[in-house]
Amino acid sequence: MPTLTEKKSARPTARAQGRPLPELIFGDLWEFDPAPETADPRLRARYDLFIGGQFVAPASGKYFDSINPANESKLAEIAWAGAADVDAAYAAAQKAYDTVWGKMPGRERAKYIYRIARLLQDRAREFAVAETMDGGKPIKESRDFDVPMAAAHFFYHAGWADKLDYVAPGRRVAPLGVVGQVIPWNFPLLMLAWKLAPALAMGNCIVIKPAETTSITALKLAEIFQDAGLPAGVVNIVTGFGDTGAAVMGHATAAKVAFTGSTEVGKIIMRSLAGTDKRMTMELGGKAANIVFDDAPIDQAVEGVVNGIFFNQGHVCCAGSRLLVHEPIAKTFLAKLKTRLRVLRIGDPLDKNTDVGAINSKEQLGTIERLVGIGIKEGAEMFQHPCKLSAKGYYFRPTIFSNVSMSHRIAREEIFGPVLSVITFRTLDEAVEKANNTAYGLSAGVWTDKGSRILKMSTELKAGVVWANTYNKFDPTSPFGGYKESGFGREGGRQGLLDYCRLV
Amino acid sequence: MTRLPITKTPKVYVGGAFIRSESVRTYPVKDATGNFFANIPQCTRKDVRNAVEAAAKAGPGWARRTAYNRGQIIYRLAEMIEARQAEMLDALTVGAALRRDSKTSAAKEIAATIDRLIYYAGWTDKYEQVLGNVNPVASPHFNFTVTEPMGIIGLLAPEEAPLLALVSLFAPAIACGNTVVALASTAQPYPAIVLGEMLATSDLPGGVVNLLTGFRKEMVPTFATHTHLRAVQGVANADERKAIKLAAADSVKRVKLSKAEESTDWFSDRAQSLYAIRDLVEFKTTWHPIGA
Repeated sequence: MPTLTEKKSARPTARAQGRPLPELIFGDLWEFDPAPETADPRLRARYDLFIGGQFVAPASGKYFDSINPANESKLAEIAWAGAADVDAAYAAAQKAYDTVWGKMPGRERAKYIYRIARLLQDRAREFAVAETMDGGKPIKESRDFDVPMAAAHFFYHAGWADKLDYVAPGRRVAPLGVVGQVIPWNFPLLMLAWKLAPALAMGNCIVIKPAETTSITALKLAEIFQDAGLPAGVVNIVTGFGDTGAAVMGHATAAKVAFTGSTEVGKIIMRSLAGTDKRMTMELGGKAANIVFDDAPIDQAVEGVVNGIFFNQGHVCCAGSRLLVHEPIAKTFLAKLKTRLRVLRIGDPLDKNTDVGAINSKEQLGTIERLVGIGIKEGAEMFQHPCKLSAKGYYFRPTIFSNVSMSHRIAREEIFGPVLSVITFRTLDEAVEKANNTAYGLSAGVWTDKGSRILKMSTELKAGVVWANTYNKFDPTSPFGGYKESGFGREGGRQGLLDYCRLV
Repeated sequence: MTRLPITKTPKVYVGGAFIRSESVRTYPVKDATGNFFANIPQCTRKDVRNAVEAAAKAGPGWARRTAYNRGQIIYRLAEMIEARQAEMLDALTVGAALRRDSKTSAAKEIAATIDRLIYYAGWTDKYEQVLGNVNPVASPHFNFTVTEPMGIIGLLAPEEAPLLALVSLFAPAIACGNTVVALASTAQPYPAIVLGEMLATSDLPGGVVNLLTGFRKEMVPTFATHTHLRAVQGVANADERKAIKLAAADSVKRVKLSKAEESTDWFSDRAQSLYAIRDLVEFKTTWHPIGA
């Protein structure tokens, strides 16, 4: 039973920071037994490139290590693809497009994509464990969100393959040919599914590069492509660093490129392709406002704000990294938020009780630490989870900054970590103005009991996704993508499909 | 003695007003017989910025108009051109040597322009029903996707079809609630000047359509770099396309340009499309839990 504490605190320092009384404390009084997920991720010691339906060694013979960010141990060696490998991948993709995939009736393409969905569901737990070990996200997220959602994306898009006449009413559509895709490390398998599924349903062939820190589940999915009998060359996976990504984006064979990642890299890609006629879609960064009005269901809003910023350690482009809270409830809300934050469990990503896992890489941990340091220097008030962090592995305490102003860098720049900046507002207009006062426009959250206000806010907010009285919800049927510098194009739904075809 | 006619001083239509370029520079155009016709404002990058400001002011109000109202206003613009065909016919014969064609082809261009406006007037309250939808998400949420105007759109009209191409570019943009800054044909700017006068009498709020005349090399770079322009569309040559895409990356601007070196048949039914509107909207998806 949770206990109401009045007099005795296990952490007097936390009390001294003025936490309100009485409160429920779980963590202090209950030690959680470890609850590790033990399913075998079935990792190989070495992963080669997946080109033309086969695993092939890179031309250079070079490999790099994939590290488990939870304990810094080496998981596997990953092939480092060079320009020659990327060429081979594009050649295989073009051949598959010309000879098989581009000619195949939609209903047959659909069956392959359905197979992929089913085989992924079969091996869901194995993939979840591999995803968590490779990327550091809590097993409960990879198990309950990443992997099932990835399978759902294949299943949803499979059904479109023979219904493409309904994608663009009044016009017929045709595939583009070969598309090049580069995806990030925050949802490795899910982003892969978001990219592959609509492109395949439309009849395109693909060269895709996963992020260097999270290549494993992509290559495990290649095993599924083999099991599914997917024709050779339809999907080609090249692993490596930025140089590999640049080769994928810039290749002459690519009729279209799709990128998910930072706005900074997105702009570099856009510039590098300025002299070409390649089509592009970009899913870039965000600095979403999660706006809480005084009539909001407070406890639900607290949950939503916590989920909004601490889901996947805040490695989410649509993370609700700015809390805009209505002034009348700001004090109460912040207190409740801190209380809730204190009971988050931070640690071993493979533990089924873990809420916040490991930061994806040492590099990203450095970025978070640097921006948090700037937040302190600029005078914002910091509150952090009081937990002890493991000495091995990359971890960061969930952090809340209050007294943040719109000019603070922590309120403007994407931190991509478990760091929330709290800003207050007095009127609806002020909330809209502050929420929209950013170069980004990916997502936003609104918490209020008033229906007309939700619709008003949804209309005014310059963001591609608006979550009202909820946050961080995703679905294959629901288009996702940004306004302004958060990119262009949509992924998911009928709208997303149209970005992978041309009108004829 | 015959009466000396009063000639009209060409002015561009920006922010609902008729202005000369802030640079007070002009360039001459000749009439169909090769004689001096008038001095056309040679607009500058400062004029582009002023026009963007006017478009920004008009934006929220225009976007909030009902779709029905936007449709009626665009229809009204068609009425204005239809009623003043004779004047536009003369305007279309003014310009560089590249246009030596007969009055018949000018009349054809005017008719196609009017029909194009009618086409888009009809879309204003329908495109949402075709492009947007409710999404059957696998959780207890009501989830719907609607379109919203992108904001301010920069348009680069080609040299040919100086009336029809210009209207074909801005009509889908304003049909879905955007405001535009458009650069007219350099060689044949006069139809855009006359069109401005028709826009002014069409119930279209000032600043929704802003038309500039002048030289592309002086203004195209500003179209590419101005961060308040959310998209640049129209026709451009290879060098312009590269320069625009390069500069557009800085603000992740949406760029859709057809090639000046490939001719576009502006008269074709293919030159009007629901998907021209689609390229000028953003999709917004809203989630809400379903529960008591």
